[in-house]
Amino acid sequence: MDLERKYRNVPGTTVFDSTLARKGYHLNQVCASLLKDENRQRFRANERAYLDEWKLTEEQKQAVLDRDYNRMIALGGNVYYLAKIFSSDGLKFTHVCAQMCGMTEEDYIQMMNDGGRAPAKEKNTGD
Amino acid sequence: MARITAGVGTSHVPLIARAIDTDKTQEPAWKPIIDGYEFSRKWIEREKPDVVILVYNDHGVAFDMSLIPTFVIGAGESFKPADEGYGPRQIPDVIGCPDLAWHIAQSVIEDDFDITIANELDVDHGLTAPLSMMFGKRGVNDSWPCMVIPVAVNVIVYPTPSGRRCYELGKAIGRAVAAFDQDLNVQVWGTGGMSHQLQGARAGLINQEWDQNFLARLADNPEEVADISRLEYVTEAGSEGIELIMWLIMRGALPQRVKELHRFYHVPASNTAVGHIVLDAKAD
Repeated sequence: MDLERKYRNVPGTTVFDSTLARKGYHLNQVCASLLKDENRQRFRANERAYLDEWKLTEEQKQAVLDRDYNRMIALGGNVYYLAKIFSSDGLKFTHVCAQMCGMTEEDYIQMMNDGGRAPAKEKNTGD
Repeated sequence: MARITAGVGTSHVPLIARAIDTDKTQEPAWKPIIDGYEFSRKWIEREKPDVVILVYNDHGVAFDMSLIPTFVIGAGESFKPADEGYGPRQIPDVIGCPDLAWHIAQSVIEDDFDITIANELDVDHGLTAPLSMMFGKRGVNDSWPCMVIPVAVNVIVYPTPSGRRCYELGKAIGRAVAAFDQDLNVQVWGTGGMSHQLQGARAGLINQEWDQNFLARLADNPEEVADISRLEYVTEAGSEGIELIMWLIMRGALPQRVKELHRFYHVPASNTAVGHIVLDAKAD
């Protein structure tokens, strides 16, 4: 019998669970490697060559090259690791959060200043 | 004997630390938050804790995916501010309290909490932002006014420990401190949260009503708060709001009866709702 995974029904939300952690191990380790400045420099100099050094799937590599954060999340990326990519691009969480929910960064920041995204009216408990 | 005199709950948003480091605390985005901690900065100057047991989470910096411990206690003599990709923060090293940390480790493991012991640990903004928020700006040549025992909790790879498990670990830490044979004034801080979600179509979620309710119940109804399920955190407080389980280690370490001295709530700090509470453990 598989584990009960009710959190998968929470709308607009990907919970980084054991399945994704397994799938995304190498992707997240590439990201973690970018905490070192020498690695950031090598990555910037030739992203494709840097990614080829790791055991990523072609799909994962393409998602990184495209900076497609929803895709990276679906392929096992954890947002705290993916943060090493966008901080090495000089970008903030607001940029990437805006991209993931399909807004401009300006509109997203305005939404946050206005109190954030309100929770859904009807309670979805994941059931 | 050592005694736990107070608990502090606080968010640990990295951009607040950066605002303090770069003297931007008077800018409109940060001033209301810094002002919300003014009571606490004055209070802690009077309280003068010897040791803070600081519960936080690492954000994929000291621990990458090669090792994912659920609970970690830092037993080293000192801890360096981690390089989170922009170079380390220019703040003092964090001085540990190895005698008490090892005592807690032995006590809680004998009490069935199988905590991992770290002698070497670089500490990221989860630990250092609260120090700056509570003690104000410090440079590399300054020092923090107390020793710190880091307690790191996995909240980024699901499943995290449950809120109940955190609360019970807090109680075990409380028992351990009370049995330590040195006269030390100890505080416990729980950090992270409040509601926020940093990914997916629901990024930017803030649930003010739920957050306020969490804060309102923490002092007098901790058992109720300890029973909040992982699913409720994710659903109501967002995928990253589950950091709030760390506040329950703090609450568990305090006596049943506490006095709430200060409460503050503000939206937003960047993507996150900021919550802060100060609980006095000397009510009886």
